[in-house]
Amino acid sequence: MILTTLEGVPGRRIVRHYGLVQGSTIRAKHIGKDILAGLQNIVGGELTGYTELLQEARQESVNRMVKQANQMGANAIVNVRFATSSVAQGAAELLAYGTAVFVE
Amino acid sequence: MEVLIFLALLALGYGVGTHREQSHFRQLQRREYQLRNLSVVSFGAKEALPDDRETTLLVGSVVISSDYFKTFVASLINLVGGRIGVYENLLERGRREAVLRMKEQAVAWGATQVLNVRMETSNINSETRRGLVSIEIIAYGTGIKEKR
Repeated sequence: MILTTLEGVPGRRIVRHYGLVQGSTIRAKHIGKDILAGLQNIVGGELTGYTELLQEARQESVNRMVKQANQMGANAIVNVRFATSSVAQGAAELLAYGTAVFVE
Repeated sequence: MEVLIFLALLALGYGVGTHREQSHFRQLQRREYQLRNLSVVSFGAKEALPDDRETTLLVGSVVISSDYFKTFVASLINLVGGRIGVYENLLERGRREAVLRMKEQAVAWGATQVLNVRMETSNINSETRRGLVSIEIIAYGTGIKEKR
């Protein structure tokens, strides 16, 4: 599966178009990490625990998007975009979306 | 007693926070200088790239938090309105860090250019705790390199 933020895959021609695919996941923050982050909030700076947590979650949403594209029979996803939003107290939704296509 | 704790936290936030911010800015400058030759652009390939190019998706992300002092200053400015300089610095650090992480990934993969870069900022604040500011910033794009 080829993933790209471009409108096409370099050197390949798009022969079929399957439409929008998306993958999302909602993650709650770990209580231990939340306490640590609360402490770090006094001095500021990067919250490494959250960075890792969200990276994992983003990977998960990409995997779901890829799975959906696979089911359609696509071999590439073009124009991939990411979005993150806070949906509830302490929970964040990570969304990945793109256009599933078949390239030669 | 409470006032004392508040002042201590404020001093701690100011001291440690400012120190960390300054060392982060120095570090950012050094890393940006090292990676200055990699071209990063926000437009895509409107015309087809040559056949002998490989591509990959690159994502750099960071979660950054405010310190006690910054949060306090921001809440004061909130009363009168205007620019919140302390948060501007914070977001600048985060954004530069995210872009750098993406570029570092690109270099590790062997990219010669990063195309169609997009940035996204979101607040992952838990609303239970007042004033807790944590912001996630991601930068993502498509790296290209010549096929061997």
